[in-house]
Amino acid sequence: MNSNNTHITDVLIIGAGLAGERVAIEVANHGLKSIILSLIPPRRSHSTAAQGGMQAALGNCAMGQGDSPDIHFQDTVKGSDWGCDQEVARLFCDTAPSAVRQMSHWGVPWNRVVAGKKRLSTGQVVNDDPEYDGLISARDFGGTAKWRTCFTADGTGHTLQYTMDSLVIKLGITMHDRMEAVRLIHDGDHCMGAIVRCLRTGELHTYLAKSTVLATGGYGRLYGASTNAIINEGSGMSLALETGIVPLGNMEAVQFHPTGMVPVWILITEGARGDGGYLLDKNRHRFMPDYEPGKKELASRDVVARRMMQHIRQGYGVDSAYGQHLWLDIRHLGEKHINTNLREIANICRSFAGIDPAKDLIPVRPTQHYSMGGVRTNIDGAAYGLKGLFACGEAACWDLHGFNRLGGNSLAETIVAGLIIGKKIAEYTSGAAQKYTYQIIKDHHANIDQKIKDLISGKDGQENVYALRDQMEQNLMEYVGIFRTAAELQKAVDNLKDIYYRSLKIGLRSDGSGANPELSFALRFPGMVRLALCIAYGALERTESRGSHYREDYPRRDDQNWLNRTLAYWPAGADLPELKYEPVKITEIQPDDRGYGEASVRS
Amino acid sequence: MSNRTLTFNIFRFDPYRPEVAPYMQSFSVEELDGMTVFVALNKIRETEDTAIKFDFVCRASICGSCAMLINGRPQLACKTLTRNLPKKITLMPLPVFKLIGDLSVDTGAWFRHLSLKTKSWIHTDKAFDPQVLEERMDNQTALDIYEAERCIECGCCIASCATANIMEDFWGAAGINRVARFMIDPRDGRSGKEYFEVIGSEQGAFGCMGLMACDDLCPMELPLQMQLAFVRRKMLGLGFKV
Repeated sequence: MNSNNTHITDVLIIGAGLAGERVAIEVANHGLKSIILSLIPPRRSHSTAAQGGMQAALGNCAMGQGDSPDIHFQDTVKGSDWGCDQEVARLFCDTAPSAVRQMSHWGVPWNRVVAGKKRLSTGQVVNDDPEYDGLISARDFGGTAKWRTCFTADGTGHTLQYTMDSLVIKLGITMHDRMEAVRLIHDGDHCMGAIVRCLRTGELHTYLAKSTVLATGGYGRLYGASTNAIINEGSGMSLALETGIVPLGNMEAVQFHPTGMVPVWILITEGARGDGGYLLDKNRHRFMPDYEPGKKELASRDVVARRMMQHIRQGYGVDSAYGQHLWLDIRHLGEKHINTNLREIANICRSFAGIDPAKDLIPVRPTQHYSMGGVRTNIDGAAYGLKGLFACGEAACWDLHGFNRLGGNSLAETIVAGLIIGKKIAEYTSGAAQKYTYQIIKDHHANIDQKIKDLISGKDGQENVYALRDQMEQNLMEYVGIFRTAAELQKAVDNLKDIYYRSLKIGLRSDGSGANPELSFALRFPGMVRLALCIAYGALERTESRGSHYREDYPRRDDQNWLNRTLAYWPAGADLPELKYEPVKITEIQPDDRGYGEASVRS
Repeated sequence: MSNRTLTFNIFRFDPYRPEVAPYMQSFSVEELDGMTVFVALNKIRETEDTAIKFDFVCRASICGSCAMLINGRPQLACKTLTRNLPKKITLMPLPVFKLIGDLSVDTGAWFRHLSLKTKSWIHTDKAFDPQVLEERMDNQTALDIYEAERCIECGCCIASCATANIMEDFWGAAGINRVARFMIDPRDGRSGKEYFEVIGSEQGAFGCMGLMACDDLCPMELPLQMQLAFVRRKMLGLGFKV
């Protein structure tokens, strides 16, 4: 242990995406010091990849007239299939409009309302009132009653992150990039910071703080086909789970985005359908209205993804070397619209598939996209089980999304939660003291040090981490996907358990010196398998269908028995999570028909 | 599809182990349908040499992590299809930026420094009031700001810039474009004079030799030449006023 590598601060923020940076700004505004850790330069965070937009009930554009936080709230609760915490959803919907305006104040070039008549791709003519000219506009997204998704062309995440980071730079907030937290320091009661490995040198550092915040994003890369960036491996969730004390909430709630592009699985934004794109089958038939006459392509993501897979199963998929897929058709939106408002996806189509979406159909299939589950926190963002530990954004189960997140609610969550939770963290931290002893730090440090030595020496075995990863991905893809059954989930759990034991016997191919990438991955991997087991086992035990969790053997939502949230704990030495359940907070809307989806009387 | 065998010649050096001199190492890879340099490099790391360093994040040409010299041209590796390359492919790290190891360079630190030097944030005295409607903006202005803000800080323009390669403090096209982004933003309260102090120097708008490789090589196809002209015109106008 090197004392030169010890850093002490008020708030340690792990993750420099939108959620982490928003927390940092809030605590800085309260006069507290913080250090942000990031695996990569902050402006490369996965937040920047969010294309479509952020929901906030401003009601400025013609198709958003009459919108309010109440309607946003209803859409969010229905979208979640009544799995969300309604107190959190209410707080979120009420705060989103001012959060979006604040981002405007800080520099985001939101697209604005242009007064006058215009014809939508549906043929409908709308008139934007001059009274709203120049205010922040919105586009249509799935599962929403109004046009509510504020956007900057299709680079919304990019402009939000760049603006947020400009504030972080302006405020002089300390940023340590290319640093990876590998273990939380805690005594079973308080979290005191983290042991961190430098990805430039491979050295271990100790960060001590009154509060520690996990803002590390989702776990998409557990799946072989995911729209997520390659850094999205659920590392913050792993750190929390490893404590044995902090539970993860609703890990079985995995979102599949309807339109991942085949075969590179890069996201084609929901904005493409929001702006009027169609889904077609092998006969070039627009099939969504057959299943969802009301919302068509713009039902919630879980529903559209299932309808697509159902349609493929019925024999309407398009054959390809990469399996069957469907088509996304945006040609009728016109070259001008595609090359301005949907330009990034036009570029992606050209670069990665060699097609021009103004002329060609885009091959798409539902692809893993978002983790509704995560580190379970209360409404203040405080993690269950450890004082001084917080979580925020996709890494957290706050729980705004329940069993299905609406498009545009994730970007919004990062900013709104960062603001709200940042304030709570500041309050907590102002009244907290640095609590640590040399012995505790030494023990946690020694734990990681030993792991690194063992991986390098190959003392525990010679398992190949990349081969094991392939197997983990395969099991999740095949058995824990969109349609789930007891038999397949059991198979996944059994196989993943075996992979987990083998992950404890990894030996490196290389010498592991310095910032060796194989060593980084080998340190991370057992935690990833633990997350995979939380997903698979949680899904096996939940014998109902709710939101994105769809059991073919239990196709109905079961509010009698399952109107609850899964909490997954990982006791020391276990090979399966211990599952507990807690009730979902219902404050305003009782469980009812969503108005779309298989169970709806209206669809 | 062809089943070519590709040969990747890759630059290897670990600055933390200066006793091992830099060298080129070659790897054979069977080409796959639709293969990108991203796919090939991961294959090499996972099956040939697990210690090799390179950077990818989004693998979708959004994040700007993976710029490198591919057969001499600065490009994003994630969206470079091998079918557009000859059988022999040479990969080198971007010049100008500090080398972290092999193909990995520290573009992050360079661009952070640039943001600081150009004070790349909205300068305003107004406080945010959550109770008040947002200030109105013409949609075209918003689109114009976005056009400049699309830069992903990949560093291709800097690596390809002759001036940046010989003059350590030159901001290059990325810096000039960055300043242009704030100049057209009505929310930014900086005066022409303040901007002149930021960019009216050899490090800024006047260091450029006009070779314009930046404009040719920008993966985001930003109008970098236009931005340079715009900023210089502004600076000139300011000069005449004085």
